[in-house]
Amino acid sequence: MNAALPFIAAAALLALALGFLARRGKDMDLEQWTVGGRGFGALFVFLLLAGEIYTTFTFLGGSGFAYGKGAPAYYILCYGTLAYVLSYFMLPPIWRYAKEHRLYSQSDFFVRKYDSPTLGIIVSLVDIVALIPYLVLQLKGLGIIVEIAGYGAISATAAIWIGAVVVTAYVMVSGVHGSAWTSVAKDTMILVIVIFLGIYLPYHYYGGLGPMFAAIEEAKPGFTVLPPHGQGLWWFASTVLLTALGFYMWPHTFASLYTAKGAKVIRKNTIVLPLYQLILLFVFFVGFAATLQVPGLTGPDIDLALFKLSVKTFDPWFVGVIGATGVLTALVPGSMILLTAATLIANNLYRAVDRSADDRRVSALAKLLVPAVAAVAVFFTLKGGETIVALLLMGYSLVTQLFPALARNNIATREGAAAGIIAGVATVAGVSLTGASFHTLLPWAPVEFQDLNIGIVALAVNFVVLILVSLATRHAAAPAGAAAE
Amino acid sequence: MLIRWLAVIPFLALIIGPFFVNRATPFIAGLPFLLAWIVAWILITSLIMAVIYATDPANREGEP
Repeated sequence: MNAALPFIAAAALLALALGFLARRGKDMDLEQWTVGGRGFGALFVFLLLAGEIYTTFTFLGGSGFAYGKGAPAYYILCYGTLAYVLSYFMLPPIWRYAKEHRLYSQSDFFVRKYDSPTLGIIVSLVDIVALIPYLVLQLKGLGIIVEIAGYGAISATAAIWIGAVVVTAYVMVSGVHGSAWTSVAKDTMILVIVIFLGIYLPYHYYGGLGPMFAAIEEAKPGFTVLPPHGQGLWWFASTVLLTALGFYMWPHTFASLYTAKGAKVIRKNTIVLPLYQLILLFVFFVGFAATLQVPGLTGPDIDLALFKLSVKTFDPWFVGVIGATGVLTALVPGSMILLTAATLIANNLYRAVDRSADDRRVSALAKLLVPAVAAVAVFFTLKGGETIVALLLMGYSLVTQLFPALARNNIATREGAAAGIIAGVATVAGVSLTGASFHTLLPWAPVEFQDLNIGIVALAVNFVVLILVSLATRHAAAPAGAAAE
Repeated sequence: MLIRWLAVIPFLALIIGPFFVNRATPFIAGLPFLLAWIVAWILITSLIMAVIYATDPANREGEP
């Protein structure tokens, strides 16, 4: 028994307790379970939407990216900010439409807007394929955190199982209420811990931020600016644009929007969310501080930078506190993803087959699916390894393909929307499976062009196909775009 | 409604902007110049959204 373990165990118990308590006084029908009865005020909606920023990927990946790559990590700050700006205009009409039609999931939106159950199935499948690796990533991060912060006392495998059981339990009992309550604990802890680490570590090791960046620039010239090639300016611009468009296309983020009790709640949040993002800056400071202090981590190991530096700097009990925070950053987004995936399968796949199913049956099935989805994720977590980040980026490229059909326009028909999504997803899959990039596809093109994020191509293909097919089928179908106004 | 077009500025600043400010010096508040630029624009973006929110007639309706 070391001093770190009690804190990590306490975090898991806290999540479980809050998750169970969140149920109190609510009749858990489908609407309460998945979208909180559409009664959440500014704070909960804020935390659910902001919860997307602080996942294990940010906690480990954000600091690791700054540690290993330097300036390209800044893109994470930019795309969230721009996504929030977009959300001011894009989300309120979607929210209103969802409320009017009592929608539960992202794919419900497409079904209604285009009056096409088939499109709903396509969107659900894209969502589920993109969500599973995202859940796997959270569990894998959880395993790493518990193993390192617990000084090896609990194996990663054991931690993954325990984490999966905790999340499954409180999602089944409390649904999105459990996620909202635990996210309060998570965001409070991460705020305190990350700001402390981001200020303390640069001062402790370098005497301040300025001296730290000066030391880094001296040891590794150009580390704090974008490199001329590779992840340079063109990569940066195209990646920021692509991920800003994809930000709200994640089905669990999309569905957390449904929990809002009004459109004003959503608009007001766009003022504060960019500021809240700045906490990522402190995550980067930790990564930069680690660059010269725990050098030598390469490949996937760069994700360990934050914890390696913490173990080197602090007493075990404090590493335990950091570990506890890390555990919550895995459990909360994990619960949202689990909830969303189960709802999609029950409400959008099962119900599409069995039209007579009522809300009660769909609700019961969704709850039963929670442990099943969790088990699948645990299986992939324990089995698979290095390709997770690649899968996550593929997931991002996949969900971004839903953007063109979602954007408010009067051109898209249901055939056009479906064809666009399929063409975009096929492009992503083809590119991902063959490992192609502009460097291999267009070796003669200027280097600026080659550095573009390949996801841009898939999106362009998607747009073109959507427009062409829509024009071709226009006369046959009712103008579906008008429905979202 | 014209004031809504302010929302375009953050896109220009954060996507096009780096092409002109991709440099480490001078440091501002201890941050390399590019990072300081990004942080400054995130702060300004919040201000812009506050202005848009305050002037948007949609937010004066009764619903929450």
